[in-house]
Amino acid sequence: MLKVLNLECLRGERRLFHGVGFGLDAGELLYLQGKNGAGKTTLLRMLCGLTPPAAGEILWRGENIRNLGGEFHAELCYLGHQNAIKEDLTPLENLRASARLAGETLDEDAALDALERVGLAGREDLACRYLSQGQKRRVALSRLVHERRALWILDEPFVALDTQAVSWLADIIGGHLQRGGLAALTTHQPVEIPSARVRELRLGA
Amino acid sequence: MNVILHIIARDLRLALRRPADLASVLFFFIIVASLFPLGVGPETDLLRRLAPGVLWVGALLATMLSLPRMFADDFYDGALEQLALAPYPLGFVVLGKTLAHWLVSGLPLAILAPLLGLQFDLPGDTLLILAGSILLGTPALSGIGAIGAALTLGLRGGGVLLSLLVLPLYIPVLIFGAGAVDASMSGISPNAHLFLLAALTVGGVAFAPWAAAAALKIALE
Repeated sequence: MLKVLNLECLRGERRLFHGVGFGLDAGELLYLQGKNGAGKTTLLRMLCGLTPPAAGEILWRGENIRNLGGEFHAELCYLGHQNAIKEDLTPLENLRASARLAGETLDEDAALDALERVGLAGREDLACRYLSQGQKRRVALSRLVHERRALWILDEPFVALDTQAVSWLADIIGGHLQRGGLAALTTHQPVEIPSARVRELRLGA
Repeated sequence: MNVILHIIARDLRLALRRPADLASVLFFFIIVASLFPLGVGPETDLLRRLAPGVLWVGALLATMLSLPRMFADDFYDGALEQLALAPYPLGFVVLGKTLAHWLVSGLPLAILAPLLGLQFDLPGDTLLILAGSILLGTPALSGIGAIGAALTLGLRGGGVLLSLLVLPLYIPVLIFGAGAVDASMSGISPNAHLFLLAALTVGGVAFAPWAAAAALKIALE
């Protein structure tokens, strides 16, 4: 479903990577590896369409994502380095606002349920400013629980999570793949994702 | 369409959680507009002549004060990336943010302006024209400002650059805004000025979001 051809990335004068190509089908996980500064985040941002590649093409269902625009975004869930949550809003408000902006309706019960599943029960009415780093990450991850998007692009999703949350997230990703979803992620922690058909890609090797 | 309303609702809620930001814009306007009568002294003729320009420049600078924050918070916490990845054009998001910016800057300034106009001994009908002209002109300021805010996003010392970029573009709004108040004071109909202000606002609000969206995409690369 996702096909990447001959991707090249330039950062200023430096060539971060070139000739990167792979395909990813339903139910498959792309495990992106590489040293710090190898261009993992940049590659993920290219897959989302945030950063245009210097050369090469990214095809989703056979069409260039640049031509698809909103159609592609409607099937994409991207979780970057930053949590994209508002410190002044509560977890509940954050989740519901992000759902509304993504063009989905999420009623209060469903939102509370999603927050309970990420382990934030009892914190849903506390401004995110007062939450710990790991709890903020959980608020950001709660989007994965309710959004039904085909392609998940996760940049270091396990950072700041405790071991319990790490295994919970691995299960969530496993479940997503089992339903026929696709996922691309980077991580420096060795995490076992259950029942995943894994493709590995090493940048800067 | 719903998207625009959702963005406005979200930004208003965020603005109300930080009332100090809103208050600083208003107090800046109050202080700038109050310094002139204090500095010039109680010469009502002179003050009346100065009033349109001083009040409009004050409103312009106060609007500018809140521009750098328009996209910066969303940029640094990653929310802007998510908005750029939403399944609709980024221009709608910027339009929503522009309107929200106007609701927390232009609208309160327009409400406040007649009170400050009293310090300049402006007659009653002129006070109404003053409020009306600020009401009509400030959406254009928010729209043009959005382009500047998007272009200077993520730059070090972007605030000064933002003023240098945006203030020259504010000149037409200033001329017709102050012109409307001037005209009403000298007994001429201010309609011509107000129509031109409205045209600037319609143009600014309709076209500026798309230019700002293009600038935001570059900032996000």
